[in-house]
Parts: sequence; structure tokens; C-alpha cells
Amino acid sequence: MDTIEQQAQRMNETPEIGAARPVPVARSRLRSSGTVPRTNLGDRAFRALVCAFGVAIVAVLASILLVLIVESWDSIRTFGLSFLISSTWDPVFKQFGALPFIYGTVVASLLALLQAVPLGVGTAVFLTEIAPGWLRTPVSFLVEFLAAIPSVVYGLWGVFVLVPWERTYIQPLLASLFGFLPLFQGPKYGIGLLTASMLLAIMVVPYITSVTHEVLRAVPSAQREAALALGATKWEMLRIAVLPYGRTGIIGAVMLGLGRAIGETMAVTMVIGNRGQISASLFAPSNTMASVIANEFSEATYDLYVHALVEIGLVLLLVTLIINALARLLVWSVAGPAGGARRA
Amino acid sequence: MRDTRRRLVNLAVQVTAALCAVAVLAPLVLISTDLLMKGFSSLNWAFFTQLPKPAGEVGGGMANAIVGTIVLIALACGLGLPVGVFAGVYLAEYGHGRLGWCIRFAADVLMGVPSIVVGIYAYTLVVLPMHGFSAYAGGFALGVIMLPIVTRTTEEMVKLVPGSLREAALALGVPMWRTVLWVVLRTARGGIITGIMLAIARVAGETAPLLFTAFGNQFWHHGLNGPISALPMQLYTYAISPFDDWHRQAWAGALVLMGLILLTSLSVRLLTRGGFRATL
Repeated sequence: MDTIEQQAQRMNETPEIGAARPVPVARSRLRSSGTVPRTNLGDRAFRALVCAFGVAIVAVLASILLVLIVESWDSIRTFGLSFLISSTWDPVFKQFGALPFIYGTVVASLLALLQAVPLGVGTAVFLTEIAPGWLRTPVSFLVEFLAAIPSVVYGLWGVFVLVPWERTYIQPLLASLFGFLPLFQGPKYGIGLLTASMLLAIMVVPYITSVTHEVLRAVPSAQREAALALGATKWEMLRIAVLPYGRTGIIGAVMLGLGRAIGETMAVTMVIGNRGQISASLFAPSNTMASVIANEFSEATYDLYVHALVEIGLVLLLVTLIINALARLLVWSVAGPAGGARRA
Repeated sequence: MRDTRRRLVNLAVQVTAALCAVAVLAPLVLISTDLLMKGFSSLNWAFFTQLPKPAGEVGGGMANAIVGTIVLIALACGLGLPVGVFAGVYLAEYGHGRLGWCIRFAADVLMGVPSIVVGIYAYTLVVLPMHGFSAYAGGFALGVIMLPIVTRTTEEMVKLVPGSLREAALALGVPMWRTVLWVVLRTARGGIITGIMLAIARVAGETAPLLFTAFGNQFWHHGLNGPISALPMQLYTYAISPFDDWHRQAWAGALVLMGLILLTSLSVRLLTRGGFRATL
């Protein structure tokens, strides 16, 4: 939502503050550790206290990783690397291979990005460069609102509205146009990879849009003016000045979207069909790493089963950690540490 | 000639971008209309006052789930708010060094951790030692999800407080810690509350981390040490059930949930609009 930002603007407009940069030199000098001797006990205690709370966040992140490794150790030791490359998931015979779920996650997320990235970047361009001033606030508010809808509500809508549409219109259409490809063959249940990816696309578009929006706004207007002064049209200005400047940040925005898509659970669980088999068809029911945990965790009857599910969680965590860390660094490099932070 | 082509390309790009915006907002319109139409027609008094009926029976409501959601959010706030606000204060006031960078980075990465993984984390840390699903476990999971959101918004709001206010307090001989607590935090109060409410709106709809922590309950919860229901979880159970009457109630539940979330974010918007400027 825009609230914080608007408030920020309002605060900056308040005459008392004058300069908009709220970290004046004098303040940091006052607090710098070496020059002023720290005699006040209260100050030191307070600083230690808030510092401890800050460190607690790092500790939570580290302990999530640690807990998942410890809880899945049994399964890691039993199956080793074959956990990641075996496609047999058979709780009855205590055989666990996560490949079908990894496949489902990768295909569903990439398909979702394929749909969401052009739309998201296009919308961000529309918001920063094209839309008339009066339209910008309501459109960006509505986009942010899309991000506020809970996953389970998307899932509900998916089950009762999107799935029937897919079954009766979209999938038959795709099958008649591209039916020669194995991707679009097979029975059309409505549920399955394709439907899940469309729902995911709807869900990640607001993240890609708002982070890209922020990145594009961080492009200095001198860049735009220089291009326009050379006689460029708006599109040429975008192509030669704005998009290259923001490219790193946009890639970061896309990766943030990817991180979201990979970890998304409820909506996917509700429309993907939950069948752990690799199939060439996008119409086929499938399962993602997140959805198999959601489905089977509370039904797991023996320890190794639970540990195997936790190991899937561990893989999921590691993948999203890497993607998010890279994405943050990319976005930070363009828009600064505040960029995209509170929005995604 | 060339200019006409350039102008046409330019026009085409602009129209495409506008169409993208329309395509992005179209699902919002579709979902809202479905939610309003199917939700309102299924909403009745019993929905707010009665317990769920056994599977297959018509009628009943989600009173326990609505209360459960409120209880879980309160528990989550108990964990997420103090840690988040003070960590945000640290980042804004002292977080210029390498440690600050690490914490900021950890908070941002924590925001991207899938909520189902947070569920496993809470299951291992709370459910297993306590030998059972509980409201505490659910609240813990939601608290962890709130934490980074509260931290980062608090940091931003505290950073916006003008340095001259701090200097004025310090010049009067007020120690730094009192300056932060009594001057800086009071000034940033409106913004911090906004951030908190947004975090609440975000966790109110979380389902995945509750599946094997709070677990759900068809009855009133008995104390915080047992399973408890929550609106999004009840909605999920009902949506994937084969019963028409449960589907009807799922739509009603979705409408109530969205109403709750919207109310939270909008009320904060309106409340802080006047107040925040006045405090400066």
C-alpha cells in the first residue's frame, strides 16, 4: 500500500524539515562511537538491548536453516543425492525422491514468470512514463491491493472460477491451436500445471510491478531529459535511457517474483491437482514442493516420511534464499537499501 | 517517412503498456465481483454466531474461526511487535555499520522465506516439544512472518524523524535512550502503527503456516495450548470439500476475510492521515 510512502512525502514537505534527507551529518557525528566518550549507562544498555533485538532477526533466519537441516538429517543420510534425482515418491515402501515436485515447482514458476514479467514490466512502464498524473495513484493502489489478497482467496477463486474456464475455453483452445505439441495434449481436467501457473502469474504480477516501478522511478530524470533533448520519442527514450539504466533492478524484481512463485503454497495446492508424476503435458495434474508439504505433512505417519517432507522444505528454503539474496542485492544496487524492501 | 514509423512504434508501445495495466487489473475486477456476488448472497447472521455443522449438514457458521484468527493475530503481535519495533529502531539509529547491513539483509531475506517453511519451523520448535498442535505454535509462526515487515517499516519511519528533533533533545541534556523512546518513537508513532497494521493485514490471510501448527478446530478452542481454528484455514477446508453448503460458506468466509483485511489497511490510512502531520 502507498500509505507509508505518502506519509513520507508529507513529512518531507513539512517546512520545518527543509532538506528532505533526514540523516544530517551532525546527528551521525553525535553518535559516532570514537569521538564522544560514552559515559551514560542507560545509553549503553539501550543500545545493547535494541542491538539484541536486531541480532534476533539474523538468529531467526539462521535457526530456520539449522532446524530444517537437523530435522531432515535422517532423510539426507538415508537417500543422499538420489533424493533430488529420483522420481519415486512412495510412502508405503519408504522410498522418497523429490524430482516430480522439483519439476512441478520449476515448470509452474517459470510458466508463471513467462506470463507475469511482460505484464508487470509493461504496467510499471505505464505507471512511470505514460499514465497521466491523475491515473498513477489509483492504478498503483489497485496493483498493491492485488498483493493484499490472501493466497487462499486466490485459491478459492481458482477452484470455482478459473478451473471451469480452463476446462471449457482455454485448454480446448490451446489444444486445437497447438495440439501437435506434447505440451498441450491429454485430458483437459481444468486443474493442473497450466492453471496453477496462471493463478501464480496473477499473484506475482503486483510484486514485479511495484518493484520495477520503484526501480524505474530511481532512474534520474536527467537521463530521460537527455534522450528527449536528442529528439527521441518516448519509446526511444525508454529503450536507450531508462530501461538500460534500470536493467539490473528489473532483473532483481523478476527474481523477487520468482522467489514468491516458488514458495507460494495454498493457491497452487488448490488448483494443481496434487499428483506426483512428471508428465509432458501442461494440462496434467502435478505437485510442487510447497503443495506436497501442505498436503502430506499432517498425514505423515512415520518419522522418515516427516523427515523427507522437511528435506523438501529445506530444498525449497535454500532455493528461495539464494534467489532472494541475489534479488535483494540487485535491487539494492539500483534503488538503495530501501528500494523494494517494504513492498515485496 | 521515417518519422511516421517512429511515431507509430512509439504509439504502439504506449498502447501496449496501457493494455498491460488493464490486463493486470482485470483479475482484480473479476475476483472482486465474484467475491461480492457469491459472498454477500451466502452471508447471514448464523455465519458470525454459530459453530460449523458436521460435514454434509446445511447451516452453521464460522464464529470459532473468526475468534481464532483474532487470537492468533494477538499472539503473533506479542512476538512480532516488540522484536520488530526495537530491531527497526536499532537499524535506524545505530545500523550504519556492517552489523546493520547484515540485519537489514537478513530481514529482507526472511521476508522471502516461504510461509510453509515457517510452518515447518514452528512445528519443530513449538509443536514437537509441547506434544501437540496449539494456538501458541500458530501465533509463533505468524509472528515470525510479521517480524521483518515490522522491522523494515519501523526503520523507515524512524529514519524520517528529522535530526533536529534529536539534537534539540540531546542539547537539553536528555540521554540518547530517552530521546529515542520519548521523542523519536513518539514522532514516528503514526507511521509505525501503519506498518504494524499492514503486517497484521498480511498475516491475517496466511494459511500455509497454520496447517500443522494451529491445525484447525471445528469447535471453540480450549485454552491456547490446544488446536485452534482460523478463518483462512476454515476457508481452505471448506473450499476443497465436496459439499455445496460448505462452498457457499467458503465464499462468505473469503468475503469476511477480505473485509477484515481491507478494513485494517483503510482504517489506518484514515486514522493516521490527520494524526501523523499533527505530531510533527
